[in-house]
Amino acid sequence: MIEVQGLTKEYGRFRAVDDLSFRVAPGEVLGFLGPNGAGKTTTMRIVAGFLPPTAGRVLVSGFDIETQAVEAKRRIGYLPEGAPSYPEMTPRSFLEFIADARGMSPAARRQRLDEVFQLLHLESVLHQNIDTLSKGYRRRVGLAQALLHDPEVLILDEPTDGLDPNQKHEVRELIGRIAKSKIIVISTHLLEEVEAVCNRAIIIARGKILADDTPRGLEARSRFHNAVSLKLSNPELIPDARNAIKLLPEVASTELDEKNGRITAFPAPGKLPLAPINALAERQRWPLSELHLESGRLDEVFRSITGGAAA
Amino acid sequence: MSGVIAVFKRELASYFATPIAYVFILIFLIVSAWFTFFYGGFYQAGQADLAAFFYWHPFLYLLLVPALSMRLWAEERKSGSIELLMTLPLETWQAVAGKYLAAWAFVGVAVALTFPVWITVNYLGEPDNGVIFAAYLGSILMAGGFMAVGACVSAATKNQVIAFIVSVVVCFVLLVPGLGVVQQVLTGIAPQWLVDGLTSLGPQEHFDYISKGVIDLRDIIYFALLIGVALYANTLVLELKKAD
Repeated sequence: MIEVQGLTKEYGRFRAVDDLSFRVAPGEVLGFLGPNGAGKTTTMRIVAGFLPPTAGRVLVSGFDIETQAVEAKRRIGYLPEGAPSYPEMTPRSFLEFIADARGMSPAARRQRLDEVFQLLHLESVLHQNIDTLSKGYRRRVGLAQALLHDPEVLILDEPTDGLDPNQKHEVRELIGRIAKSKIIVISTHLLEEVEAVCNRAIIIARGKILADDTPRGLEARSRFHNAVSLKLSNPELIPDARNAIKLLPEVASTELDEKNGRITAFPAPGKLPLAPINALAERQRWPLSELHLESGRLDEVFRSITGGAAA
Repeated sequence: MSGVIAVFKRELASYFATPIAYVFILIFLIVSAWFTFFYGGFYQAGQADLAAFFYWHPFLYLLLVPALSMRLWAEERKSGSIELLMTLPLETWQAVAGKYLAAWAFVGVAVALTFPVWITVNYLGEPDNGVIFAAYLGSILMAGGFMAVGACVSAATKNQVIAFIVSVVVCFVLLVPGLGVVQQVLTGIAPQWLVDGLTSLGPQEHFDYISKGVIDLRDIIYFALLIGVALYANTLVLELKKAD
């Protein structure tokens, strides 16, 4: 369990984090979302014990990150922003150092090193200096470091930044696999990542929580939620079709994307326009090339929630 | 303690993983030998001792120790690895002690590699090896004092050049009142108690006593205090400004 209570961080007169409170329970994968400069990294640094808060406190498995720092830090695996490490070391010597600093026994050290080498596919680069590795490998070395002691709590600041799509997929799979028993907090500005790995999302901007919901719940806030999009293969029919759809009682309004000819019908409050539109299209024998139900667009929700706050 | 050892091992290994170690040791050996034999009048003195060798050590350390200490924390800040180090389950003092001891031990290795000078003087005559041993101790304490000051300065910046320059200046200010030339000037313009006070605040006087073979507890305590205060300040500086 992570408990964050009234967390505030000020740099001079600038308030980077403003009275944040939330709890994260085991099994939760919390995505921390926000525009750049929203206070994501600052919050994670405080939770990981790197920065002291100006006010408020953080409990990690019951240990106060300030007054019981060492006990709390034992339970945390932390990937700082940019995955820093020691460039002149090899992944093996670097991870051995982390194991020693974490006080692992020689037997546990050997076993866990082999496990994380395999988990993150590091075997081929173990004896190469870290500064000669690609960004993707460096990020994985950072992840290996965070996972090494099999922590209860994982705090990952942009874990897939700089990875190619295959590596991103692998890291997300990995997070999914280990998520069941752990508390995972990841920060990201990739919305597809939230959909792929998180079961809860907090959107912050200007240091304040603007939304705290499941990714599905956030999608439901979108005006696209339950909207219906369709395309006709005969463009001449578009104006008539749009008017006909607009007259349906389940439809509040329509929009036409001039570029690709897609009509989007937004639902009237509490209505589901998919079935009526489908029936209408069959009656009128419209040559449909596409018809689908929108689940809601996270990026649009993100923009509308943080829009006013984007600095 | 295991935390200190882990940091110590990593740090010491990192010297030898980069050219720093070899460049430093080479320059230290060449310059110390050069000063001893060309400026120190080692042969001309006609005495079987290493006074000419140790005389130059404080001046060598004035430049070479800050060259080592400047990277201790500034580099971690610059690369961001300080965030990693400070979120490991270590107390701040453990990281400070581990890094400091590694840097000091490394200078110790460089000093130990001057042993051919000691062999030479034993080959040429019959020196008092007790005095030489004491002088080695004083020399290493001197390096340790400068290293602690340099570590503290390095913790305050992410710029290694600034760390180097400030450390040299601070060490120079510490060193200056103990120099003979400066003392002559000071004696003319300041009361004797002030001159004496300033002198015993600096490491030079204590180094002089020890390197003459007089191992007085007070001189050892002086260096222990200098190192302790500087490292305590180092820990405080880190706690106060971890982020920037």
